[in-house]
Amino acid sequence: MIRIENVSFAHGAAPVLHDISLDIPRGGITALVGANGAGKSTLLSLIARLAPLQGGRIVVDDLEVGACRSDELARKLAILPQTADAAPRLTVRELVGFGRYPYHKGRPGRDDHAKVEAAIAAFELGALADRPLDTLSGGQRQRAQVAMTYAQDTDYVLLDEPLNNLDIAGSRALMQLLQHLAREHGRTIVVVLHDLNYASAYADHLVTMRAGRIAEAGHPTEVVTADMLRDTFGTEAGVHHVNGAPVVLV
Amino acid sequence: MPSDLSLTGAAPAPLRRLLPGQNARRLALLALLLAVSAAPYMTLGSRGNWGFVLPFRGAKLAALVLVGMAVSTSTVLFQTITRNRILTPSIMGFDALYVMILTGAVYLLGGHGVMRLPPTGIFVVNAGLLVLASLALFGTLLGRAGHDLMRMVLTGIIFGTLFRSLTSFLQRMIDPNEFAVIQVGSYARFTQIDTDLLAISAVVLLAAMAAAWAMRHRLDVIALGHDAAINLGEDPRRGQIQALVLIAVMVSVSTALVGPVAFLGLLVVSLARLITPTPYHGVLLPSAGLTAGIVLVGGQTLMERVLALSTPLPVIIDLAGGLVFLILLLKGLRR
Repeated sequence: MIRIENVSFAHGAAPVLHDISLDIPRGGITALVGANGAGKSTLLSLIARLAPLQGGRIVVDDLEVGACRSDELARKLAILPQTADAAPRLTVRELVGFGRYPYHKGRPGRDDHAKVEAAIAAFELGALADRPLDTLSGGQRQRAQVAMTYAQDTDYVLLDEPLNNLDIAGSRALMQLLQHLAREHGRTIVVVLHDLNYASAYADHLVTMRAGRIAEAGHPTEVVTADMLRDTFGTEAGVHHVNGAPVVLV
Repeated sequence: MPSDLSLTGAAPAPLRRLLPGQNARRLALLALLLAVSAAPYMTLGSRGNWGFVLPFRGAKLAALVLVGMAVSTSTVLFQTITRNRILTPSIMGFDALYVMILTGAVYLLGGHGVMRLPPTGIFVVNAGLLVLASLALFGTLLGRAGHDLMRMVLTGIIFGTLFRSLTSFLQRMIDPNEFAVIQVGSYARFTQIDTDLLAISAVVLLAAMAAAWAMRHRLDVIALGHDAAINLGEDPRRGQIQALVLIAVMVSVSTALVGPVAFLGLLVVSLARLITPTPYHGVLLPSAGLTAGIVLVGGQTLMERVLALSTPLPVIIDLAGGLVFLILLLKGLRR
């Protein structure tokens, strides 16, 4: 479980997060949604120690973010940042190989090589394994990035708007992949999403944020309502139910 | 597992990586080339007592190789922590800063005052000041503008010009007789090398290179960028500061030995990236060091022994390196 207690954050004088407390359950997919500038990405980067905590505390299972060793947390939690432009000249195999760094610190053993090859196979990157990242399409690159976090072998995987720049086929495939990681491999996925329909279709747990505060949290069927859309997103949109799942009419 | 994640792939690109073992073979080849270019440097055109020639030339050869290693290693470190392949410590004004500190010392203490101090003492104080100054100037810059290449280029040009202008301002205020003391330090010179400092330079440099070598795996990760490095459990800020200290130390060594070298670092590191294309510093650091040694020793042999010094080597290196800089800059802008 990721426990967030009384976390506040400000960029200079501008407050971004106001005294947030939230428990993200272990297992399944938790989606963070909210209007632009609501603080979703900031919260995610605080959990992943990409930015230093200013107030409050965050505990991942038994590791306190900021207090525990960074490499220990790197074996517990992985993040795929929004701008994952890491080294365009790397080949796919080299990129995925870096996922093992928290374990081998630059000296990969046989076990590490095996895990890298397993990740490449699991994400069907075999044909692309020796291609540099900058020769791949956006979707292929995204898949290689997720394969790297898979090879990092962490209980928690955080993704910041992974559907940016993906078409509908790419978006659906990625969400199915995340679902597969959560269900078959027992990983806990926390993902910032823009599209509410993807969130309600794939998430087990939905958290909405509004102006730096947590607004609602629960199963998508409880959270996604016309009232929520008005209060949280400031827009009047209808919500229908298809096979029991809420669908926002856009 | 779903497989339809983006079927629209780019056309297959030619393999840019070498097969396993090929990098090692190329490193061995570079080492051989360095040995081949060192032999004529030591022996060609010598008239006289070998007991004098060998130690005399040996010291100069050692100095050239040391300078090559210092310049190439500091360039690799700088390019890694700034995440670009265009900027080098020289372009950002590190060695101009060193010359400025030296000029300031002459201005304050007088030429005779400086000459009376032991050269080792001057070197140690200069290197220490350069470490502090570069941390203050570039350490803050890296945090804020680290992602903005154009801003880094502009800052480098402004710093470099500022340091050179301040230096020439100080030089104008200095007694003309004392100017001779710094004039030697203001231009690259591979023929008259200050071998007085060789022993301490070698010790300092070997320590700095050992530290850089120990960082090689961390540098691989820091090269991935701030967020990716943290995700893998590495603190990029700590690595950047450590690398900056090593860079300042290595620039001090090479500037003290042969003066500012301008585009040498860019030239040899760009060559090394072509010869051994790899993201791993365990290969790139030795490859760049050997390439620098070959360019300096081989070039100096050619100029000094074969072409009888019609053109100084720094001119050729700066011409070639300047061209590489322009090409890289234009390529970087188009991307």
